[in-house]
Amino acid sequence: MATVVLLTFTGLGLGALYFLIASGLSLIFGLMDVLNFAHGALLSVGAYGTWWAASGHLPGAGTEGAGFALAVVFGTAVGTIAAVLLEVAVIRPLYTRPREQILATVGVGLAVPALLSAIWGADARPFPGPKALSGTFALLGAEVPLNRPVLIGVALVVLAALKLFLGRTRHGLVVRAGVEDRAMVTALGIDVRRAFTLVFAIGGAAAALGGALGGLYFGSVDPGQGTSLLIFAFVVVVTGGMGSLTGAAVASVAVGLVQQFANYYTTAGLGDVAVVVLLAALLLVRPRGLTGRLA
Amino acid sequence: MSPAPAPLLTVRDLRVVIGGRHILHGVDLEVAASGTTALLGRNGAGKTTTVRGILGLVPRTGSVLLAGEETVRQTTHALVRRGIGYAPEDRGVFAALSVAENLRLAERPGAGEPAYDLVHELFPELRRRARQAAGTLSGGQQQMVAIARTLLNGNRLIIADEPTKGLAPKVVTEVAQALERAAEAVPVLLVEQNLAVVRRLARHCVVLADGRTAHQGPALDLLADAEAARRLLGVGSAGHGGPARTPAGPPARTAARPAARTTEADA
Repeated sequence: MATVVLLTFTGLGLGALYFLIASGLSLIFGLMDVLNFAHGALLSVGAYGTWWAASGHLPGAGTEGAGFALAVVFGTAVGTIAAVLLEVAVIRPLYTRPREQILATVGVGLAVPALLSAIWGADARPFPGPKALSGTFALLGAEVPLNRPVLIGVALVVLAALKLFLGRTRHGLVVRAGVEDRAMVTALGIDVRRAFTLVFAIGGAAAALGGALGGLYFGSVDPGQGTSLLIFAFVVVVTGGMGSLTGAAVASVAVGLVQQFANYYTTAGLGDVAVVVLLAALLLVRPRGLTGRLA
Repeated sequence: MSPAPAPLLTVRDLRVVIGGRHILHGVDLEVAASGTTALLGRNGAGKTTTVRGILGLVPRTGSVLLAGEETVRQTTHALVRRGIGYAPEDRGVFAALSVAENLRLAERPGAGEPAYDLVHELFPELRRRARQAAGTLSGGQQQMVAIARTLLNGNRLIIADEPTKGLAPKVVTEVAQALERAAEAVPVLLVEQNLAVVRRLARHCVVLADGRTAHQGPALDLLADAEAARRLLGVGSAGHGGPARTPAGPPARTAARPAARTTEADA
């Protein structure tokens, strides 16, 4: 029982990380038809931003309490700015050339980890999380790390916030409409490019927050973290249905759990394969993913 | 009589190339400053592409003057914000959004109070179905949403692309009534295959053939000329399901005009 509890929390924690990347990825693809291979890099930027700030480089930031919260805010902000820059400087000039666009995001996705390892080295750096979050709590005989429920909670808050944004605001309405028919949105007199930048900012913020929390989950940061998580985030997006937030949430949980349980109960590493098998099986039954629509 | 007012929209030498294929070879047309101007032509003549070209939804060259101002270099959203309501051929309704949300999208912040009273008066059904997902509406109801979106903003021009296509006769009448009402206040550019609707609504018409303008003139003159209607529109008699020669408009308007300018369409 204890193992099941621990695996469930770990799987859900991992699922929370996947969701933070996949939600942005899914919105960006749904609205703009852009496969953003640089999305993992945004996570890395958030992770390194938080690590840098919490390591004492940012005045006021630190490893405990409000100081750590400030470090997370800083990391998220840096990731958001990076996402906006990416959209404006790289994606926007290539809207009419999707192939070049994909190549450009792949390029950025490779360049950012290379840059990070050039500055701070290719080795993993210990992540300075608060002591309060480094402990465990006992549940049904299992010692569950505290950062798991924190991750799950943050992902739920992000999901709720995104749903409110999409469902209750005019910008959210424009995004939902744009996912269905971008040209018609412009034909109603709405500058859909502003929605593009906004969605990139939101997706970048979620991914960067995922980077900051991923530091807690893994206990360290390294330049390739974002890229390896991105692969599973793509599995989540395809499983959940392109452009669907609820689909991404459900698929994140499924992928995280399947991966953890399969890795534990079969040979280590088989969980990663199991996730891809799950995706293939689902696509045979439902080619458009769990749900083909947004919200 | 006072001279005719300047046209609201003047299109000159509109050319559209999509994927290396020339779709429009130079369309000229004018939309009168009042009433409905019908854009006619056989299937594939380039009617929808002309409308999409005017709006900048496809890459185009040429000249598109809205109230005398060149707009051909403007983006679609900037042009539309200058006062164009567009109901596209496929209705362009957002299926996953509710009826109310579809209408709310058409509101233009800063452009005055949206005319929901008019919309609900013309289409009371839309008020009852406000919370229903637009994708679950019937074709006719979706068309009402599409037209309602053009009426909300006090537009200067309404462009409706085949608004009666595929609709039941009763709904055709309803849609035609709404457009007739709209045209009392705002000029309408109407792409339409149903000549009974054209006869009822249109004062002027432009006929396209093979991506070029083949004819411009008073709509009733064309519909009254069975030979021209057959040649330009490919119909045996000028009016689906109606007698061929029943001018519905005031006769004085067509009688004193010189013959409509007709250019030969390229084969």
